[in-house]
Amino acid sequence: MTETMILIPGRSSKQGTSLNKGKLKEEYIDVTSILEMNMDDMTRLKLKDGDEVRISNEIGSAVVRCKGRKPDDLPSGVLFIAYGPPSSELMDGDTAGSGMPLSKHMQVKIEKVAA
Amino acid sequence: MAENTRIVKNATCTFCGCVCDDMELTVDLDKKVITKAKNACVLGRAWFAEHQIDDRPVAMIDGKEAPLEEAIEEAAQVLVNAKFPITYGLSDTTCEAQKQAVAISDIIRGTIDTTTSVCHGPSGLAFQDIGESTSTLGEVKNRADLVIYWGGNPAESHPRHFRYSVTPKGMFIPNGKKDRTVVMIDVRKTPSAPVADILIQVKPGKDFELLWALRALVKGRKVDPQIQVMTGVPLETMTDLVERMKNCRFGVLFFGMGLTMTRGRHFNSGALLALATDLNEFTHFVAKPVRGHGNVTGADNVVSWQTGYPFGVNFSRGFPRFNPGEFTTVDTLTRGDADAALIIASDPASNFPKAAIEHLKKIPVISLDTKETSTSKLSHVAFATSTYGINTAGTVYRMDDVPIPLRPAFESPYPGDEEILFAIKKRVHELILSKCGATGATGEARVASKLML
Amino acid sequence: MASTLRFVNGRVYDPANNIDGEVRDICIKNGKVVDSLPDDTPSIDASGMVIMPGGVDIHSHIAGPKVNLARKLQPEDHRHDPHPGTNFTRSGSGGTVPSTFATGYRYATLGYTTVMEAAVTPIGALHTVEELHDTPVIDKGFYLLLGNNIYLQTLLKEGRHDEFKQAVGWWINKTKAYTAKLVNPGGDEPWKGKRNSNVTDIDEKSDLLNISPRDVIEAFVKTVNELGLPHPPHIHCNNLGHSGNYKTTLETMKTAGDLRMHLAHIQFHSYGGEPGKNPDSKAVEIAEYVNTHPNITCDVGQVMFGKSTIMTADAPLAYLLRGFKKGKWVNADAECESGCGILPFSYQEHVFTHALQWAIGLELFLLSEDPWRIMLSTDHPNGGSFMSYPKLIRLLMDKEFRKEEIGKVNQKAIAKTNLPSLDREYTLNEIAIISRAAPARALNLKHKGQLGPGADADITIYDDQEDKEMMFNAPRYVIKSGEMVIEDHEFRNDYYGKILHSAPEFDEEISEDIRPFFEKYYSIEFENYGVADHYLHEHEIIPRVSS
Ligand code: SF4
Ligand SMILES: [Zn+2]
Repeated sequence: MTETMILIPGRSSKQGTSLNKGKLKEEYIDVTSILEMNMDDMTRLKLKDGDEVRISNEIGSAVVRCKGRKPDDLPSGVLFIAYGPPSSELMDGDTAGSGMPLSKHMQVKIEKVAA
Repeated sequence: MAENTRIVKNATCTFCGCVCDDMELTVDLDKKVITKAKNACVLGRAWFAEHQIDDRPVAMIDGKEAPLEEAIEEAAQVLVNAKFPITYGLSDTTCEAQKQAVAISDIIRGTIDTTTSVCHGPSGLAFQDIGESTSTLGEVKNRADLVIYWGGNPAESHPRHFRYSVTPKGMFIPNGKKDRTVVMIDVRKTPSAPVADILIQVKPGKDFELLWALRALVKGRKVDPQIQVMTGVPLETMTDLVERMKNCRFGVLFFGMGLTMTRGRHFNSGALLALATDLNEFTHFVAKPVRGHGNVTGADNVVSWQTGYPFGVNFSRGFPRFNPGEFTTVDTLTRGDADAALIIASDPASNFPKAAIEHLKKIPVISLDTKETSTSKLSHVAFATSTYGINTAGTVYRMDDVPIPLRPAFESPYPGDEEILFAIKKRVHELILSKCGATGATGEARVASKLML
Repeated sequence: MASTLRFVNGRVYDPANNIDGEVRDICIKNGKVVDSLPDDTPSIDASGMVIMPGGVDIHSHIAGPKVNLARKLQPEDHRHDPHPGTNFTRSGSGGTVPSTFATGYRYATLGYTTVMEAAVTPIGALHTVEELHDTPVIDKGFYLLLGNNIYLQTLLKEGRHDEFKQAVGWWINKTKAYTAKLVNPGGDEPWKGKRNSNVTDIDEKSDLLNISPRDVIEAFVKTVNELGLPHPPHIHCNNLGHSGNYKTTLETMKTAGDLRMHLAHIQFHSYGGEPGKNPDSKAVEIAEYVNTHPNITCDVGQVMFGKSTIMTADAPLAYLLRGFKKGKWVNADAECESGCGILPFSYQEHVFTHALQWAIGLELFLLSEDPWRIMLSTDHPNGGSFMSYPKLIRLLMDKEFRKEEIGKVNQKAIAKTNLPSLDREYTLNEIAIISRAAPARALNLKHKGQLGPGADADITIYDDQEDKEMMFNAPRYVIKSGEMVIEDHEFRNDYYGKILHSAPEFDEEISEDIRPFFEKYYSIEFENYGVADHYLHEHEIIPRVSS
């Protein structure tokens, strides 16, 4: 089952602390591959914490693991991920003359990766 | 406590734009580690604890250890022989190093851009259109009775930002937080939410619409209640917020990349700055982008005073030209224009759009970084440098443009960014002069001098 | 670079040494002017040329936080005016707020070698010093904004006058400043704390501190004189720009008694009329007061038509001006110390107020009986860029040209002034006074603004031309500290000028009194505040003067 959702990459504490250790270290790579998702959405898509999902758009795709957030905290249809290599994969290089790639609010397709 | 211990008071954490200068560092001088960073937040503690002396060659060419002089020569040759060399990064180094980087770009007629272009660059553009009513953080501490955060999550990105804006007692805020109303506006309930008295959740990508409706309400115009459908925010919530904004004594709007990186970009920042400006008809109101990296504000300042423009500056005609979208780094890479890159204290290879990274892999890259990164790994010439604020002295600017001198904790065997960039600058200048056949005492005397070049 | 130089047969204007157009040689050795040099020293023929000391600008805004905000604000102002680099000078951009390199080089191309930045917050002093380091050729210093400093005002309220003096001494030392600057004293607190209001009367007491602007002015005049700072308090009066403000200006000057006081950009403070209504000229009244009070010096702050940038610590004024066009505007509050407002501006010949301001400035120059005390400035970039000085000089020296220019502007405004009846033409000697000798004297820069033996070899040599604008636009030679920076109108060398500052004596104990206040109300650490010695590089401490 695929759905279209909005992906919002951002900073997190863990991303920040692991960044200091080094971006090539396992911890950073780990932190930046966890996708936060509305719990109701997860139930609907038959996903549980730790399941691998593929997020993709016309630019590229990445495989990440999902983690549930209460509907109060993260609205349905919105995904959060800490900045890192997976979010880069999906980012369009066109800045519309601003210098800034659209780095938040990206439309992505999300689908479960068969185990 | 270890034998050879040193305490550094009033040291500065340069991890984020808060640039907290009240650190008390305990340094084990034998092991060259900071064992304790009093007053630091979780990010600051990691910053101090993790910047130890790595065992890396000071310079590498194509992944192989090389003598420093050879690497400087190679870097200089690459830069002067390129047709469209770009310089990028600079937000995690001192102003002193930033000055050298601008000088290099000026001499080689290259392009210089900083990480501003991919963080608050849109706010910089909005600033050029609207201006900004703003203040230093101390004035927020002393006076702000209404504190609004929009599109930011300071609890995780700038954990001690609240010490300036929410918690402290100030001259006219005798009871600290009790005397302030804190509002958070965001698309999701972030870990910063518990600080807020009022939480407003806006639909993703609808910040501009919400800001514009607030401006209309401030000006006394009617707004269709249907606005809720579009923005997710009920009209009553907006009216209530507008009343609070007009009636406070000193209001502040802090805004984060939730505005600049999303749909609307500089229009969002501009709408917010205009809202703060409008409110000055009723009361004193200021706004402030919450800047990310430790010295990104210094980079904006240095590039501005040396060239007139804050980022995205090109020297190919022998004088500075500014054009975001043309001279900003994501664009010069994605379009494939850049044919050499000097990257300072930044890691575009890990956080740029895919197409830009692909191009970076094809051109000779010269990188300066304290740690191994994806960028240093793909570099033709990679320098390992010491860490500013921990090993290297210099100046940084806090997000509110307040300059702060650094007090390094211990010496590093690695050179600082300024030292390497100075050496590259000297060499590229010599090469350029001999290339264009400049002769006479003047030109040569210049190279060795302490003057502007 | 040759360490000796001799110019022969030039006409020398060195008013400080009573030399008024005499043909004589100027000899330079090791960066100084000397009496004579051995006969075999190579010399440069300066016949047909005019030799003056390098220009000294007593009031300009060239570096620091507010200047940089104004730079960032206006890409459109830089774009049309690039400043290319050379093999040995840096590039930059121009406009009304040029980049630091362009600022230094352009001042040099007008023959200016010393410039004072007129308004710096203490918390922004370090930023200012960093920019001044990147401002080539000229020597430079800055005035420190202390007139709205909350700690200092608290001392005044408590009647602790000795501590006040020590604290002023502490601040000047701590930041490496030149003297104290007051801008709209008492106006910050209502601006920041009382919904953007302002003080309107020099005797109005603030609710918070129960002191009036006059109390503040009086305290600074006394203290700065006692501390022996080389330049008196540099004052931007209350009510700048408002109709009827000349009364405030006169009252401000009276507050000095017979102590030294400098009034900044006095043109902006010489208006008659009712508040809120159209102004008229009170240049006669103001000039009369200055003429008869030798303790007062001032600079004019001439308005020049065209693009300008308003940048001022007088935040309420900037907001008021913003109200006309509702264009882009910057407000920048500095904690416990100052306000600041910035906006792009343009003076236009047909606008009544602008034409009146222009005419009042010229009246003040022409009514001045003592050129040693009414000096040349445009309050760059507020009244216009320093690049318009040559045109201003022509307006003063050439009455036919002035008449033509008067004919081009709003005649209703001219009718409110005495300008058409003023026939005076400035002589070259008087120009040398208002643009170098007088400012150097008002700043107590004994080695500048003059060409006697021992003076700094900061020298400008012009081709003598009928059109004074042309002449002052492009000196043939500019020598900075003995180095030939410009030769035959072209840059031959770069030069790195020094920072000029004061270091008055004060009682160190005061810092223990400031510290608790600072720790409570500032947002950086006390130890990290100010400008540490190692930031200075080339610098010179200007010695104490006794009044
Ligand atoms: S808030 Fe920022 S600057 Fe302050 S300690 Fe934490 S990471 Fe460092
Ligand atoms: Zn001024």
